[in-house]
Amino acid sequence: MYDFSYHKPSSVADAVKLLAADPDARAISGGMTLLPALKLRLNKPTSVVDLSGIAELRGVKREGNTIVVGALTKHYEIATNADIKAAIPALAWMASTIGDTQVRNRGTMGGSVANNDPSADYPAALLALGATIQTNKRKISADDFFQGMFATALETGEIVTAIHIPVPEKAGYAKMKNPASRYSMAGVFVAKGPAGVRVGVNGAGANGAFRATEMEKALSANWSPDAVAGVKMDAGMMNGDIHGSAEYRAHLVTVMAKRAVANAG
Amino acid sequence: MPQVTLTVNGTKHTVEVEARTLLVELLREKLRLTGTHVGCDTSQCGACVVHMGGDSIKACTILAVQCEGADVTTIEGLAKADGTLHPMQEAFREYHALQCGFCTPGMVMSAIDLVNKHPGGLSEQEIREGLEGNLCRCTGYHNIVKAIAAAADVMQGRRSELARAAE
Repeated sequence: MYDFSYHKPSSVADAVKLLAADPDARAISGGMTLLPALKLRLNKPTSVVDLSGIAELRGVKREGNTIVVGALTKHYEIATNADIKAAIPALAWMASTIGDTQVRNRGTMGGSVANNDPSADYPAALLALGATIQTNKRKISADDFFQGMFATALETGEIVTAIHIPVPEKAGYAKMKNPASRYSMAGVFVAKGPAGVRVGVNGAGANGAFRATEMEKALSANWSPDAVAGVKMDAGMMNGDIHGSAEYRAHLVTVMAKRAVANAG
Repeated sequence: MPQVTLTVNGTKHTVEVEARTLLVELLREKLRLTGTHVGCDTSQCGACVVHMGGDSIKACTILAVQCEGADVTTIEGLAKADGTLHPMQEAFREYHALQCGFCTPGMVMSAIDLVNKHPGGLSEQEIREGLEGNLCRCTGYHNIVKAIAAAADVMQGRRSELARAAE
């Protein structure tokens, strides 16, 4: 790892000041992606700005029909939070499947969302649930926030502060894990909520997480596993690599969608 | 050079580190606590698992400077001063839950967190899933799972299989 200077601000304003002043500064939250990348020298930040001391980024609360998740909320907390388990059990279950116990004890929702790894779990859920990402500057819909592989709407000096998630009527998630790395080969999150039926897909797309609009139409007409069983995904949109061809991933998306609808609650 | 102050196994230390120093490097190279192992150095194998604030974490994937003010427990901090082993260590010994022993410190630390987070007890399936972040290249999982089940009984005040067999 190249060396860098380390800062631990205690307010969003101070963190943003540090990040805005230096385009080569990197924010760190749980560090579950950034630290491995730094070890591989894929990244050479001049400074690392640790957000973990910022109290205002913590906590989960229910506000009416919305769950508000502070950016620093760890996967373990999402998996075990009583409000989330009651309102969006599929999201709690999703969090319990991320990485391993030790990753879930460090990694945060805000960090995962800001990184937008194509195999990360949350982007598919937030697309399907019609979530809104709150930053220090503005509110951005998940549709506008996630912009392809590792790309988001975040600008320099802008950090995720919270995620607002409307409580759905029902939601379900299913994923096929790579048997070695345990990353998602194809994961599908289905939700029926205030914004209608929405389907988010991770792991499979050639350009990161996306919404499967054909599946949304099919499920709007008939909310059942059979409705998505007939929807063939376009292999041209999928990622193909040594772990699976684009055609295989296209097939997996349909299978995972069926399972997600079947286990929705 | 940055300084970090943290408590390790009940003792407070103030150590000079580089910003890029990992917690596991601080433990092994600065404090000479070499019971915490480095296996893969890519947060996969779990040989470096320690507790921070009671939660199991991988010490190879956290900067030492991120541990300012933290309360860290390593494998060296489990046994009592008189040498009495922690029930999890005792169970690993009793059930021969190791072959080469390289993964053992991480296995023990993960197992204690796992048992603590399941106060009502654990099924074999839950133990196996709970060890997802720890690899044993000797593939000696069977006895590790047995040891954790036995230690959970002791830690949670149930009569263990051993105690029942002795009666």
